[in-house]
Amino acid sequence: MSADLLPEHPDFLWRNPEPKSSYDAVIVGGGGHGLATAYFLAKNHGMTNIAVLEKGWLAGGNMARNTTIIRSNYLWDESAAIYEHALKLWEILPEELEYDFLFSQRGVMNLAHTLGDVRESMRRVGANKLNGVDAEWLDPQQVKELCPILNISDNIRYPVMGATYQPRAGIAKHDHVAWAFARKCDEMGVDIIQNCEVTGFVKDGNRVVGVKTNRGTINTEKVGLAAAGHSSVLAEMAGFRLPIQSHPLQALVSELHEPVHPTVVMSNHVHVYVSQAHKGELVMGAGVDSYNGYGQRGSFHVIEHQMAAAVELFPIFARAHVLRTWGGIVDTTLDASPIVGNTPVENMFVNCGWGTGGFKATPAAGMTFAHNIATGEPHRLNKPFALERFETGALIDEHGAAAVAH
Amino acid sequence: MLLISCPNCGSRDETEFHYGGQAHVAYPENPNELTDREWAEYLFYRDNTKGAFAERWLHSTGCRQWFNMLRDTVTYEIQAIYPMGSPRPDAAGKVTADTGTASTAADSTTTGSASPDISGTSSSPTSISSTTAPEGATP
Ligand SMILES: Cc1cc2nc3c(=O)[nH]c(=O)nc-3n(C[C@H](O)[C@H](O)[C@H](O)COP(=O)(O)OP(=O)(O)OC[C@H]3O[C@@H](n4cnc5c(N)ncnc54)[C@H](O)[C@@H]3O)c2cc1C
Ligand SMILES: [Zn+2]
Repeated sequence: MSADLLPEHPDFLWRNPEPKSSYDAVIVGGGGHGLATAYFLAKNHGMTNIAVLEKGWLAGGNMARNTTIIRSNYLWDESAAIYEHALKLWEILPEELEYDFLFSQRGVMNLAHTLGDVRESMRRVGANKLNGVDAEWLDPQQVKELCPILNISDNIRYPVMGATYQPRAGIAKHDHVAWAFARKCDEMGVDIIQNCEVTGFVKDGNRVVGVKTNRGTINTEKVGLAAAGHSSVLAEMAGFRLPIQSHPLQALVSELHEPVHPTVVMSNHVHVYVSQAHKGELVMGAGVDSYNGYGQRGSFHVIEHQMAAAVELFPIFARAHVLRTWGGIVDTTLDASPIVGNTPVENMFVNCGWGTGGFKATPAAGMTFAHNIATGEPHRLNKPFALERFETGALIDEHGAAAVAH
Repeated sequence: MLLISCPNCGSRDETEFHYGGQAHVAYPENPNELTDREWAEYLFYRDNTKGAFAERWLHSTGCRQWFNMLRDTVTYEIQAIYPMGSPRPDAAGKVTADTGTASTAADSTTTGSASPDISGTSSSPTSISSTTAPEGATP
């Protein structure tokens, strides 16, 4: 078919402006978090003379690579507060952004396979209820009723002993979420600048006053770092350290199938998490590779391990074919909680450390980070996630609720 | 899957090894004198280099010996394998050693107490850095 027979290109959702010589604030990283931050800076704080700088294409990092699980059933008060706030925002955002990004509250199950898992899970259900997060404990029979394709028999290595269930949890279409934020940002005057890599910072003493990029130097009063796996690299350019290790994290999809999987199932113990996308692919996430890596790819044995777990839990998947596998670079912290707040450099702020689970937090990360950038002070919800916690010892250990890559 | 050449056993699959995170991080000589900031640095802060990175590996299902490796964290190419306690063999290592900053010098001055021992159960750097980079199941 010749090109002139193709339909017109649909309307672009945002402009592709040249960078201006100066902005009131610059966000580094055009993933979900950077875009949500710009959106809330413009909407909640009236800051529209701002830019989002993205070294590649819009939302081509972890935002394009995640398995889109959204839930808020974390153990500790600090986490429940910020993730539940995010979930409440997800519930209103399709209308606010005027974009149906297929947020589907089909529930998330976290399976328990050992007595230890069962105790931890029940404790988490109790903690969730006290924090106003919807949570239930399901016995194996109830697990089977909700997800009939799950194998709950005793003849597998780690039989299903029950599950926690959050009915309001679910999935959304990640690309569309990014585009929805980008379109609104653009409408409010925010410059979204792709193919613009930050290569250094301009400082006046300890205060940041500009960013150097492959497209020239841009003056700015404030800088917000939202670079996920590359946060350490940017911090180093700015002259400080972050307690982050970057690891490859992989996921895969099958060919399209009839709807067989009605909810989202996560298993921390055998390490797999599975949902079925709207189009029909089975979407499965693996664990992180043990080594530090920036290569956006991991080792195949990690995929094999995840597939073995998936097939044992869902015997019908044995006949499904893998269509595509890929990797992202996730920014992990020691306590499995993010870092959102001020940095040792004046007027520079950081949002990172969301590791394997930051998609679900996108709206709340953006809202709190925007507040922090605009006012110079953390929002009540991100205050506990300050960098100082590694010195004070006030860690927020979410390995129990977050130890599965999700 | 990385193919890693154990100095004792030869080339083996990555699955036989355990990752130990950044190399050349010594146990503080006078822990009681550290400030909270310095403790935080020792416990929680590790380099997260994009490029050539000196790291430790344990051949856990083979000889059970630790060794150091220089690996590119972007291409994953293994550039050098060298014994615990030896300085980093590339230019970056030299610069650090010459200027005497903590990261490389520490390993040679404190060998024995600081380098992970053979049993793999040593109290400090080994166990701490396996929390830094837990295998498989991190967050
Ligand atoms: C396989 C996989 C599965 C996952 N599954 C889930 C899940 O089910 N649920 C969940 O909640 N989370 C999940 N996550 C985690 C989630 O994807 C991340 O926590 C989240 O996307 C991080 O925020 P972001 O969208 O802003 O990151 P990114 O999209 O990675 O954005 C960061 C951006 O910064 C840019 N950048 C970096 N350096 C520079 C520079 N120098 N100059 C300019 N720009 C720069 C990058 O190009 C990138 O686009 C998963 C991650 C992966 C990899
Ligand atoms: Zn060996």
